[in-house]
Amino acid sequence: MGPLIPNGVIPYEWSNIIAILIGIAFGFILEASGFSSSRKLAGVFYGYDFAVLKVFFTAALVALIGLLYMDYLGYLDMGSMYVHPTYLWGAIVGGAIMGVGFVAGGFCPGTSLCAVAIGKIDALVYVVGIMIGVFIFSELYVLFQPLYEGAFEGNITLMDSFGINRYWFVFIFTIIAIVIFKLSDMIRKRNKKIFY
Amino acid sequence: MTKDKKQKNSHLYWNPYFGGFLLGILILFTFYMTGRGLGASGAMKSSVVTIVDTVTHSHAEANEYYSKFLDDNESPMNNWLVFETLGVLIGAFISGGLSNRISWRVQHSPKITSKRRLAFALGGGLLFGLGAQIARGCTSGAALSGMAVLSTGGFITMIAIFGTAFLVAYFFRKNWI
Repeated sequence: MGPLIPNGVIPYEWSNIIAILIGIAFGFILEASGFSSSRKLAGVFYGYDFAVLKVFFTAALVALIGLLYMDYLGYLDMGSMYVHPTYLWGAIVGGAIMGVGFVAGGFCPGTSLCAVAIGKIDALVYVVGIMIGVFIFSELYVLFQPLYEGAFEGNITLMDSFGINRYWFVFIFTIIAIVIFKLSDMIRKRNKKIFY
Repeated sequence: MTKDKKQKNSHLYWNPYFGGFLLGILILFTFYMTGRGLGASGAMKSSVVTIVDTVTHSHAEANEYYSKFLDDNESPMNNWLVFETLGVLIGAFISGGLSNRISWRVQHSPKITSKRRLAFALGGGLLFGLGAQIARGCTSGAALSGMAVLSTGGFITMIAIFGTAFLVAYFFRKNWI
């Protein structure tokens, strides 16, 4: 039963090799979907290209539904999955800062790496920017610490937060995604086409 | 003719639903293998920690944040996310190579100079790097992988990133449209 590496089905020594293979697939999919282009990525915020939205939500849904099925069929124990912890204010403030960085720079860390791989110099500068950002955070950690460690709610899921069962969430989330996809197509048709 | 075809090809990307589906399968596979999701900013953090540790070891040890990731026996670069990130570079290089997209260039809207583009890229990266530390993950690690397991924090981070980006998009419009 999965997860395979933590449960010792696959020896731990393979971990880094599997990491590289998973990374190769990740980079390939992102690049082939057009995520190495900052102008394509930024399109979602101006209504001329919704690839980010579609790829992102489709991926989240496929993973979510797939995990539930694997749990249901007994291949995987949902309870042993790592759940990203919730630090309420850190998530909000950090997310907001990332949002500004996204529109200003046109990349997020994963996509900037793909762009670096195909020779985009703006992406290389962006990665240097990220490292400076990490450096500033670390040097001023004392200042950020209350935000970073505050309002810790545990490794909670939406089920804990709302008390609704997970199947309902997946169902609602799927409906929302389909509506968003349809809306995005309508918006794009109305907007001026931009070539890049 | 061939050149023309090639140039057209270089801007032909996958159908977004196809890419999204494969990405979802990959996240699923990653959870099945490792019990956790994908990540991207983690490797950059490891790089910064390693650089600071190499330049001034005592300073890194004394700092409460760097020292979380320092281990006497192991380099911070010996980390799952660092290897995964190396893979990302290889994978993107292969995909870009197959579609003739590899070349040294600064991509920007014709309305702005490349100098302006680079300045905004640096500033944007700086903010993203800072934000990703505060939220403990970026679009991959916190938002996407968090959403896959219905993490409340993952959803909040996702909404905060995209919500803020839509809110401030107006002020940056000259860079893109």
